[in-house]
Parts: sequence; C-alpha cells; structure tokens
Amino acid sequence: MGLENNKFLVKLENTGVFQNNKWLVKGVSLEVEKGKIVTLIGPNGSGKTTTAKIALGLYKNIQGKVDKFTKKIGYVPQKISIDWTLPIRVLDFMLLTQNLTDDEITDALNLTGVEHLKNNNLRNLSGGEFQRVLIARAIAKKPDLLVLDEPVQGVDFKGEIALYELIKTISDKLNCGILLISHDLHVVMSATDYVVCLNGHVCCSGTPQAVANNNKYKELFGDRASTILSVYEHRHDHTHSPDGTIKRKQ
Amino acid sequence: MFDDFFIRALVAGLGVALVTGPLGCFIIWRRLSFFGDTLAHSALLGVTLAFSFDINIAFSVFIISSAIALILLKLQKTTNLPGDALLGLLAHSSLAVGLVVIGFLSFIRFDIMGLLFGDILAVTENDLIIIWVGGAIILFVLKLIWKPLFASTVNYELAEAEGMKPERVNAIFTILMAAIIAISIKMVGLLLITGMLIIPAAMARNISNNPKQMVLFSVVGGLLSVVMGLFGSLQINTPSGPSIITAGLILFILSLIKIKRLSQLNN
Repeated sequence: MGLENNKFLVKLENTGVFQNNKWLVKGVSLEVEKGKIVTLIGPNGSGKTTTAKIALGLYKNIQGKVDKFTKKIGYVPQKISIDWTLPIRVLDFMLLTQNLTDDEITDALNLTGVEHLKNNNLRNLSGGEFQRVLIARAIAKKPDLLVLDEPVQGVDFKGEIALYELIKTISDKLNCGILLISHDLHVVMSATDYVVCLNGHVCCSGTPQAVANNNKYKELFGDRASTILSVYEHRHDHTHSPDGTIKRKQ
Repeated sequence: MFDDFFIRALVAGLGVALVTGPLGCFIIWRRLSFFGDTLAHSALLGVTLAFSFDINIAFSVFIISSAIALILLKLQKTTNLPGDALLGLLAHSSLAVGLVVIGFLSFIRFDIMGLLFGDILAVTENDLIIIWVGGAIILFVLKLIWKPLFASTVNYELAEAEGMKPERVNAIFTILMAAIIAISIKMVGLLLITGMLIIPAAMARNISNNPKQMVLFSVVGGLLSVVMGLFGSLQINTPSGPSIITAGLILFILSLIKIKRLSQLNN
C-alpha cells in the first residue's frame, strides 16, 4: 500500500510452500500489473493453484515475500461445493462478500449470460452455469485484481471462447490485472500477456511466443503444444471470431 | 389469568427463542450440532463452579464453555484424533467431572434434574434481565459479523481471499455459542439446549429457499415452540422444557409434509 502510482497489483518474490514434508511449489516469482493477464500453466500437481493461493494470501507460512497493493480482489476458486444444508440462491451468492445494487447484480449476470438464473437455487445449477455465476460474482464489484482458477471448467465449447473473450474485455475495460490458471493451451495464449509455466518450480516464463519456443516447455507438454500455439497466433493475426457470437477481437 | 411465574417463563422462553433461531441456522449450516452439544455438557461444570464460588451461573457457564471451546481448538491442532472423537471426549468428561464435583458439594441441595432438563418455571426477574440483555448483545454481535460469517460458511478460502477475515469471525461465533448456552441453561437445561438450537432451524431448512428466510422461519418456529410447549405443559401438566422441545418436533414433522408437497409439485 502507500505506493500511489504503482502499476503492480501483486508481486511474488521467490515464494514457496512447504507442507507435510514436501514442497508444494518452490521459488516462484511473478507479478501482476494493472490491465495485464498473467497465465499459469503446467501439469496436474505442478503448483498452479498453490501459487494462486500464495498470491491471495491464503497460506499462513510461506517462504519468500508477497506484496499486495490492492484489497479489491475477485476470486474464482477451482472447487467450491455448496452444502445441501444451506439454502442459497444465485442472488444471495452474488452478495456473499460485497454489497451490490440490483443493477450491478443484473449487469454482472448478464455479462456471463446467466441473468435468468438469478432466483434459482445454487445447488440446482449445472456445472457450467455455476461457473458462470462464479465469474459474475467475482467481477460484479469491478475488482482491481481477478484471480481465476480454471474459470471455464465444465462450460461448453462455444461458451468457453465467449467467457475467455469476456475475461479479456474485463481486463481492458476495468484495467484490472488478472491471474489466470488454465489447462487449455489454445485459449491461454490468445489474450495472455505473460505466461508462467510451472512444474513444482518455474519451468519457464515470458510472452506466450517465448514460452512456446522454450525447450523446457516442449519437454513438459510435448512438441504438439508449441504447434498449437503457432497455429493460434497465426489465426489471431489475420482473422476474427470463429462464430457470430464473438464481436470483440483485437 | 396466569400466574406470575408463568408469564416470566413465557417472556424468558421467547427471549431465548429469538436468539437460538439465527444461531441455530449457523449451527446447521456449519455442521456444529455436536459441538453445541459439547459446550452444553460442559455447562454442568460451570454450574458447579457457580455454586462453589457463589458467582452468577450464566457468567461461570459462559467462562467454562468458552474455555472448553478453546481447548477443543487446541486439541484439534495438536492431536491426530478426529473432531467427533475429541468432541465426545470433552463432552462426556466435562459432564462427568461436573457430576463428581457435585458429589463434593454435599452441603448444597442440588436439583440435578433441573440442571439437565431446565426449570423454566423457576425463572426469576433477574434471569429475565440476563436473558434479554445477553440475548440482545448476542444478536447485535451476530448482526455485525453476519456477512463475513456467512461468507466463510459458504466458502472459507473465498471469504479469506476477498478480505473477510474468517478466522476472527469463527472465533467470535464460538463465543456467541457459549453465550447463548450460558443465558439459557437455566431454562431449558443442558440436555435440551441443543434441541432448542437445532430443531427450529432444521424445521426452517425444510420450508425455505434462501438464508434470510431460513433465519426468519427458524425464529418463528422457536417462538411458536415456546408458546405451544408452555401452554401445553400448563394444560396437561407436563415438564415445561421437554414440552417446548416436543412442540418444536411437532413443527418439524409438519414441515416435512410441506417438503413432500413441494417434491410432488416438481415431479
């Protein structure tokens, strides 16, 4: 805090978590700036979620240093289960950690395409619908920093592209920083400014292009992974959305 | 028309029901029923201390229950025993120790049945003050921490990530539980207080679809249980505390019929 014109929202310096006699993740440094999207990729168990939680300050004992320069944070966790003992509608869930006007709630739910579910019970939503509600909740109060852990899991393919486009739009419009975790190498690379490839430690990092050409990345994901990227980048340079629903493209 | 003691009992019961309603909802949502039970059992020890040192019962029960809650948190961190085993250990050992201490206090005439099942008809004006003032404080604190407490009930990490300080509000909530047990132990007794907390809230769960509604129904259910139970006990001459709980049970059974209707509608 205190740094008025600091463009950094969160900064991790050589951070790690040691739990139950093993390192969950070690030696991670990264920073998220305003208006930038940083994406974490890596195999299962490589420490992506752990790194996100370090950035959020959810671990009591960590190695290294975390500096957070904002308190306006929106979080979409990887897993969230609503207990059947709890009667809770989408509307109540939207207000979980924040106060919102009716318009703010409607707008946010509209953006992710689930406005019609406002009065539904959370437990009756499908996986994809729930995911959209989670994203709507996280962006509703226009946070400075968004931490999205596999935000589009369970969303159908068409919706997935639209949601990633939405995430990109949000980052531009609100000038907020985004820390994104994703399995989907295709989409990861589209709007990402910086990629951190994890495998228990930082395996490599840089622009999507630089990471794709990195040998360590190729070792981790196989040669095809870098082809995927180059194909995408090519498309990205020349053409536009694959279907009519997506209007925004750079 | 009614005797003074009956009016006092009614006022005391309604005061307790106003507070157990909302707290009970959180106990159900957070699956803390057995925890509430443990705190209630430990209350016996608090009562014996009150007699030994001649201090206020509500005060000493509050101190002992809070202490037991802290010990539980400590044990959870330092042992490998599962939570329910620790709760059982604390519940029954504090009950046993309480009874042993009573054995030593042979110079005092002790109404053990009154302690276990409460004696709402023996409520004094002093007790009424404790119930209503204490209850108002509990409700006020609960209102203050409502949002972070509810958020951390739904998802702890989400609440913490977005700055809701769940650890702190969880601790405060534990103290509130100790407090409601302390102010109501004399009325409903330590074996029945958990019923007063859980049964109206469970009934409310059956008929509500959002958290605020559930709290409202839980309060209304608790108030109805007190009125039905007390008037019932007067009419047919049954023990008052158990009658209140039985009235709550009847409301719960009625709420099940509503569930059946709802699920038939959905089919």
